[in-house]
Amino acid sequence: MAASTRVATAGVATAELAGRVPATRRRDLSGAIAHAILIASVLVLAFPLYYAFVISTQTLDEVTSLPPKLVPSTNMLQNYADAWARAKMGRLLLNSAIVALAVAVGKIAISLLSAFAIVYFNFRGKQLVFWMIFITLMLPVPVRIVSTYQVISVLGWVDTYWGLTVPLMASATGTFLFRQYYQTIPDSLAEAAQLDGAGPLRFLWSFLLPLSKANIAALFVILFVYGWNDYLWPLIVTNSPEMRTAVIGIDSLIPRTSQLPEWNVAMAAAMMVLLPPVVVIVVMQRWFVKGLIETEK
Amino acid sequence: MKRTVFPNRWLPYALVAPQLAVTIAFFFWPAFDSLRLSLYRASPFGDRLIFIGLGNFERLLSDPAYFRSAATSLLFSALVTVMGLAVALLLAALANAKIRGLAIYRTLLLWPYGIAPAIAGVIWLFVFHPSFGVLPYLLSFVTSYQFNWFLKGWVALVLIVVAAIWKQFGYNLAFYLAGLQAIPASVLEAASVDGAGPIRRFFAITFPLLSPVTFFLFTLNMTFSFFETFGLVHAVTQGGPGDATSILVFRAWKDGFDGLQLGYSAAQSVILMLLVIALTAAQFRFAEKKVTY
Repeated sequence: MAASTRVATAGVATAELAGRVPATRRRDLSGAIAHAILIASVLVLAFPLYYAFVISTQTLDEVTSLPPKLVPSTNMLQNYADAWARAKMGRLLLNSAIVALAVAVGKIAISLLSAFAIVYFNFRGKQLVFWMIFITLMLPVPVRIVSTYQVISVLGWVDTYWGLTVPLMASATGTFLFRQYYQTIPDSLAEAAQLDGAGPLRFLWSFLLPLSKANIAALFVILFVYGWNDYLWPLIVTNSPEMRTAVIGIDSLIPRTSQLPEWNVAMAAAMMVLLPPVVVIVVMQRWFVKGLIETEK
Repeated sequence: MKRTVFPNRWLPYALVAPQLAVTIAFFFWPAFDSLRLSLYRASPFGDRLIFIGLGNFERLLSDPAYFRSAATSLLFSALVTVMGLAVALLLAALANAKIRGLAIYRTLLLWPYGIAPAIAGVIWLFVFHPSFGVLPYLLSFVTSYQFNWFLKGWVALVLIVVAAIWKQFGYNLAFYLAGLQAIPASVLEAASVDGAGPIRRFFAITFPLLSPVTFFLFTLNMTFSFFETFGLVHAVTQGGPGDATSILVFRAWKDGFDGLQLGYSAAQSVILMLLVIALTAAQFRFAEKKVTY
């Protein structure tokens, strides 16, 4: 104790001898630098979104004029109404909401049950089941594009909500997350439940489920964002405009070279599509961070 | 393992049934089918499949365009991951101080993660737009070089790299900040007393202590840039101009669904599958060594 104080004092002394800034002022300075860097980062990150928003409020003339105008204008409602009508945004956003919610809820339910079976039962083939689930980690959609589509068309699920959601409901991450969590729950809980005469399903429903709330919320945020933003799968499995999800459906609004450069309408659509997952992340931030860490373990 | 288990013969099977059904129908069956399909090609009228053995793989491995695509993927992922992490780490290290309002900063950094890669791409597409975008406009004061990504492959690549980094950067920074705050100040002070300068302290102490965070972010960014950026490429560049931004996943999709060359696309799927298996194996071996905690 005494020795370390002496060393620390010596440290300050040598620092002062070397003509360096005293510790307290150095701390103020590093705090100011930290704030400056963080504020700059936040602003740089926010700029493209601000720019997109500003564009979504301008008229076509303002969008195409140089120098670019970086302040909001008056045409906002018109642009959003145009985007809504032209891309049939109502239907697109509804589809995205259905897909994101179904994938999140379905995947959570499926992995809760399988993790419960793996942790709280002994049964033949348990190892095999565990490995089968584990291997799905190595088979994301992009590595089996054509064949998964063929399975969907054999089932007659092309252009249906079934096709959009069910294939995304299984994966190892959710199961592993709940398995890990169940293993930390003391055995005495299950013993007590058994003594009270609770069967396994009762135990799952009344004990495990309430205890897993935080993990469920964490997984929900990650899966909702993933389901809302997924691009490849809905692109493959839907043909008709009515079944497209929002991230794909607004493609028709993006002006290509030969078209009228209505970027104001395109940006209005982009703002509408990006808002729900961003809001979910901001509102459920605590669980989002937990989910990011837990699902990668 | 648990000591307490529920004695029940059939219930555990019922509980794992939904997961196994989806896994078999949409993971194992398609994976095996990709393997099978990769050995065939469609007849000229597309009505039946002709067995050609390893023909698709021979064709792939002798196709310079495929190697270009592999190189583009690698370059893209490396740029997104290494640059994204390096800049985030640098800024986090410079901003590592006891400051107020860290929670607010975290919120303001994390939100871009919620934006779909395709939407991020559309926003940056306009920022880069040769006629109306703010970036070419500003650059026109500095140089007369035309930063037209419709025509120049490298500008298109920069565009998708920037869009991808933008989406990932905030949480890279947030995670590094959190990691740095967890390093005890006494360790760094001790090194400082021993005469280690800031750069020496960073490489000898901070960086090794952060390796779990780096490993976590590296895996996440790698997976993201390799697989989840399909939407970005599809919505923004369509792999072009030429095939300057045609990453492997995009090519596999294009050959399968645009070109309807099912066997050829399946062969690409098989190669991607081997790649994922190798990466996952590497990840687990590396994680087993525990990095440095």
